[in-house]
Amino acid sequence: MSRGAGTPFTWTLRLAIFLLIPVLAQAQAPINVGSKRFTESYILGEIITRTVEAAGEARAVHQQGLGNTAILFTALKSGAIQIYPEYTGTIAFELLGLKRVPDLKGLNRELAPHGLAVGVPLGFNNAYALAMTEERAAALDIRRVSDLARHPQLRLGLSQEFINRKDGWSALRLAYGLPFSEVRGLDHGLAYEAIKGGQVDIIDVYSTDAKIARYRLRVLEDDRGFFPAYDAVLIYRRELPQQYPRSWRALQQLEQRITVPRMIAMNAAAEIESKPFSGIAADFLAAPRTGPERAGARTGRPFLRTLFGDDFWRLTGEHLLLVFVSLVLGIAIGVPLGILAERAPHVRHLILGGAGVLQTVPSLALLAFLIAALNRIGTVPAIVALFLYALLPIVRNTYTGLADIAPPLREAARALGLPAGARLRLVELPLAARSILAGIKTSGVINVGTATIAAFIGAGGYGERIVAGLAVNDHVLLLAGAVPAAAMAIAVQWGFDALDRLLISPGLRATRH
Amino acid sequence: MVTFDNVSKAYDGQVAVAPTSLAIEARRTTVLIGPSGCGKSTLLRMVLGLVRPDSGRILIGGEELTSDNALRQRRGIGYVIQDGGLFPHLTAGENVTLLARHLGRERTEVAGRCAELAELARLPQAALARYPQELSGGQRQRVGIMRALMLDPWLLLLDEPLGALDPITRLELQDELKAIFARLRKTVVLVTHDMNEAAHFGDRIVLLRGGGIVQHGTLRDLLERPAEPYVRDFIRAQRSVLPEVPV
Repeated sequence: MSRGAGTPFTWTLRLAIFLLIPVLAQAQAPINVGSKRFTESYILGEIITRTVEAAGEARAVHQQGLGNTAILFTALKSGAIQIYPEYTGTIAFELLGLKRVPDLKGLNRELAPHGLAVGVPLGFNNAYALAMTEERAAALDIRRVSDLARHPQLRLGLSQEFINRKDGWSALRLAYGLPFSEVRGLDHGLAYEAIKGGQVDIIDVYSTDAKIARYRLRVLEDDRGFFPAYDAVLIYRRELPQQYPRSWRALQQLEQRITVPRMIAMNAAAEIESKPFSGIAADFLAAPRTGPERAGARTGRPFLRTLFGDDFWRLTGEHLLLVFVSLVLGIAIGVPLGILAERAPHVRHLILGGAGVLQTVPSLALLAFLIAALNRIGTVPAIVALFLYALLPIVRNTYTGLADIAPPLREAARALGLPAGARLRLVELPLAARSILAGIKTSGVINVGTATIAAFIGAGGYGERIVAGLAVNDHVLLLAGAVPAAAMAIAVQWGFDALDRLLISPGLRATRH
Repeated sequence: MVTFDNVSKAYDGQVAVAPTSLAIEARRTTVLIGPSGCGKSTLLRMVLGLVRPDSGRILIGGEELTSDNALRQRRGIGYVIQDGGLFPHLTAGENVTLLARHLGRERTEVAGRCAELAELARLPQAALARYPQELSGGQRQRVGIMRALMLDPWLLLLDEPLGALDPITRLELQDELKAIFARLRKTVVLVTHDMNEAAHFGDRIVLLRGGGIVQHGTLRDLLERPAEPYVRDFIRAQRSVLPEVPV
């Protein structure tokens, strides 16, 4: 067992290191551009990236679809990204905790202590708004937000971000004296389907949402002027303009270039015509487009072409890296913890309970915490999160496998005169191997699925497609991420089944009497 | 020479061994016998340091058994339990040679010793490559005895070694074991609840009840000079149904 175990372990480690190298190299790219998990942010991020690239001064990498505002802000402060598109309202309320939205000069004064700055207003305002379907709004005669007060039976499906932000739902409810106490949290990408399907009556939208027209929604008039201006601007690290003067001059050319109709059109190009973000950005910048993107843009995305797109091997590599490095860490820490839990009854509950609690922490919350704790985004916090999730099955099964060894066998090993370490290595761990490997297998398979969340923080993997597909409501893109992830889960399962045959003694595998 | 000096043991207030003193004679077979729960197995496990007495001490070759020297002492002791106590993940041969290999004994020496023991225990060579679950009960017990004898211990402890066997195999192994004990001239302590087995093996028989010694002597002593009526009752209760088998 001990000899057999060494080989796959070192093999996995080598694979992990091999896969890490390109990711680390990529992390050192000069200008990292961030974007949030919705179409407009993707498109703007792509426009910024292409603009920097076109300036020819520095390479630009688009870390697209990074979680929520807090994640991006942390990433920006830590230097993991240098610039991303943001809205003045969000900066004032969410990032700075101000009561109102000052002008750019005021914002810059507040941001200076963080080493950050804003500039280059892009030319459109993307405010929050509430929307209902035309039919329902007409039937109930609702035009303005204040009309809602008369209809407490209406069901609200709001994005978690809108529900929780300071200038969001609770403030709006107070300002209008709205009666609704129960609100359902919905992903922004799913909200339109929910309102179309009649599961909810009111959703929050952005005023440049492409789907407002497509789903025939009525945007309710903000008759009390509650929603402040959300002017699109660039937020960046203060040293960026001096560090990359040519790139910065190119970015300044974007000022006032994007009007509301232009933005809606670009959003629609992505969400309704399924054009790739890079193609839309290229169109906007009137840069030459690459062939395949154009073909895809005209005909919609064929599944197989999307599945095996140019990014397939990169995503597969990133996904494997996340799963295997976190799993190797999970084994390296989880098995000893399981042994300790079995050996030391006074810490058993702490270890098993602790691993159990970790499992219950929602993934986005864990990621947000890790980003703050590690002060970085990308592969490292994603691996740490996956490692923490991998612990419970490994720790539990190691503990159970050891605890289930028949007492006479334990005693026989002691009576033989084997020292404790040798007993563990030669007798107890091999006897528990089946259970331990089952735990590792469970963690591996679960990790393949959980690793899709890594895309929220720019660690890549198949989740990139799922997150993007969700953001733009593109089922083909979503499937192109979900299908290979499922296939990888099955492959991992098979791989471990093969490993079982290699590592579990035939004396334990055959049927027992 | 093994000496129990006033040892006692209780589990959750339940007496397993009342304060007991007993000297095991060297190069003879001593049988500990008594009903279930009489403390006979506990005494045996005390010698290995698997159970620590609440009071008193165990002397092995004049040296007091402590947690520091237990590991060394165990290596001079062979221990056989019911059904062999074999490790299911190792083949018969690997079970026998596990400790020797761990101690870094030379490969050819280990293999030679294993073959020699297979002959002594009359185990077919082919059985050495099989896993315990592929062996018969009798074969498993033979492997257990081989494992106990691997490092040529001076003391052999057997806890109900034949308890899980069918009567025919059991009878056969009783004869073979006795022959092995006679050949090797080792100090043997055997635990059983079967009076016939005690009579078959024991140079010395120690009858226990409720954690204490009722009588310690030869079979003849127990039959002719029972220390108390319980001795006669115990022997009579186990008398064979067949009249020609002597008790």
